[in-house]
Amino acid sequence: MDLDFTAEEEAFRAEARAWLATRVPAAPLPSLETAEGFAAHREWERTLSADRWSVVSWPEKYGGRGASVLEWLIFEEEYYAAGAPGRVSQNGINLLAPTLLEHGTAEQLARILPPMASGEVIWAQAWSEPESGSDLASLRSTAVRADGGWLLSGQKAWSSRAAFADRAFGLFRSDPGADKPHRGLTYVMFPLDADGVTVRPIGRLDGKPAFAELFLDNVFVPDEDVIGEPGQGWRVAMSTAGNERGLTLRSPGRFTAAADRLVALWRSGADPGDTALRDRVADAVVGARAYRLFTYAGASRIAAGGAIGAESSLNKVFWSELDIALHETALDLLGPYGELSDTAGEAPAHGSWAEGYTFSLAGPIYAGTNEIQRDIIAERLLGLPKGRR
Amino acid sequence: MRFLLDDEQQAFARSLDGMLAAAGTPAVVRAWAAGDTAPGRDVWARLAEAGVFALAVPEQHDGLGPLPVELTVAFTEMGRHAVPGPVVETVAVAAFLDRLGDDAAAAAWLPGIASGKTAASLCLLSDDSPYALDAHAADAVFVVDGDAVRLAGAAGPVQPSVDPARRLARPLGGTVLARGPEVAAAAAHAADVAALATAAQALGLGRTLLARTVEYARQRTQFGVAIGSFQAVKHRLADTLIALEFAQPLIQAAAVVLAAEDPASGREIAAAKVAACEAACAAARTALQVHGALGYTEELDLSLWIRKARALRSAWGTPAACRARVLAP
Repeated sequence: MDLDFTAEEEAFRAEARAWLATRVPAAPLPSLETAEGFAAHREWERTLSADRWSVVSWPEKYGGRGASVLEWLIFEEEYYAAGAPGRVSQNGINLLAPTLLEHGTAEQLARILPPMASGEVIWAQAWSEPESGSDLASLRSTAVRADGGWLLSGQKAWSSRAAFADRAFGLFRSDPGADKPHRGLTYVMFPLDADGVTVRPIGRLDGKPAFAELFLDNVFVPDEDVIGEPGQGWRVAMSTAGNERGLTLRSPGRFTAAADRLVALWRSGADPGDTALRDRVADAVVGARAYRLFTYAGASRIAAGGAIGAESSLNKVFWSELDIALHETALDLLGPYGELSDTAGEAPAHGSWAEGYTFSLAGPIYAGTNEIQRDIIAERLLGLPKGRR
Repeated sequence: MRFLLDDEQQAFARSLDGMLAAAGTPAVVRAWAAGDTAPGRDVWARLAEAGVFALAVPEQHDGLGPLPVELTVAFTEMGRHAVPGPVVETVAVAAFLDRLGDDAAAAAWLPGIASGKTAASLCLLSDDSPYALDAHAADAVFVVDGDAVRLAGAAGPVQPSVDPARRLARPLGGTVLARGPEVAAAAAHAADVAALATAAQALGLGRTLLARTVEYARQRTQFGVAIGSFQAVKHRLADTLIALEFAQPLIQAAAVVLAAEDPASGREIAAAKVAACEAACAAARTALQVHGALGYTEELDLSLWIRKARALRSAWGTPAACRARVLAP
């Protein structure tokens, strides 16, 4: 049992660190949930990809470096420690790409992945509907067979990044007569500027259009934009749900970097006699450390031929609650400045704590609510009986 | 990096688990609490035979260690079975003597610790801890007071702990064994080893508390269904598992860092201690709540685990002390 990195891994870390040291913007980019910030973050994706840092774990032919899980973790640690911008392409890179790599055709991979890696095409997700959130399999949007493709109709909600993104991916009901709700669904990709698509941006808690409602009225998509077999969409989407909740959605580097900044903030002026606040800072440090080590253990299991399954639900609950607690502690440390919006001219750290706090509040909701995750933990890891939700 | 226990370490854990399950530890704990230490010493001898105490003793004194990773494996299993006695204190004394640099003292005590002949206790008066655990049952009680270490001559009256198997007493009198700055350094190292072993023990306790409670929630029916099918119960049990799962790698990493004699090991151990003890206490609260009134009884063996979880929380580093150390510059 060890925590050692190989010479190659250390060299990889040094290369990433050196690159980031010269390229990370000196001042934070505007929030990626604004038109101006979205464009700036898209440009940053291009900068990353020009030197193959945007998708390090992908195969080289699609713009990656073929990095191992551990190297990806190293990159992420360096990335967030360097204070680099949030990733506007994360929906595509973390959710769609793993599905394509597992179920996509060679043609789809060659066509879709390189422009995703460069930020030329930014993806939004189109899973939830007004009546289908946690009970996603009850979704009603339809895909009707047409000549050479499908016609999509219906309404999608809470589509992250859809206000400014180029394309979206999601599930549509292609066989309304199927015997179970999760059968008869098809996984489809479509352009957000196609005929018949209406995008209505929705302001998140702080008013920024972080997500959108999508109205689809007979939107034509060709067969080559279906992933996997028609009718098998649920299986295709869920096969990588472990990825989403597990190792790839929120890397430990985000939280170890945030915990380091929290400690610096605490040291820079907190009342040393306020042990209640000190304990919360310590808990954030311990939590970030625990999440990093838990992930290393997971990466070691994968390297030893194992897999991440329902354990990924442990991760999701842990990091999402850690993220909120960490940011709440930071805002409390900021005293009267803790209530300033990230847009306030005098907001500490260019508003990054306020922005991070708003972002963290969504964590227990997206990618499967923490209530759903706890059901999964209880039923699949502890073996408790299923019950009414 | 391979941040996983190897096959041999996993087999070691399984064999200790099997041995301790067969030993019927609840009865051993109850006997120990009543002052009958014979069944406990019998378990002690079997742990020694399995090599547990030798893990803390260097080879030149008939040991196999120090092997912190294997020690945490062993203490997790001892916690799983709520093994009574000064197990933590004995390995802490071994760590103390290993670090002290007094060859005569090491030769006098370490072989006996490795073989299981000697059960030792340790009291670090300099850390504001007034009691020695199981002073009456130990073969030797080491007391560190400032820059001196002495062997206690006697012990004051037993002050019962919330954990009936933990018999606390003030060490009294005795003869000075060694004096000097190396005593304080060795004591600090011993405190680290004790904190790490306690964290591992707490993890094991929590694992058992959760497993027993899951088992109960699957069997106990109310309103015509198993109570484990209710979300309120499920989610509490899920949170208990999360806390334990994220404490475990902190313990393992602290052991790896301690083995490497990394100067950062104190912070890592403090993080492991606070996370594991909080997880174990939360598991105890969950176990109590889900078992209902039954869980609030002394006769249910679960009470032995519930009460030990509370006691270990303040042993070898309170939550506040651990958190302060996590942030120490």
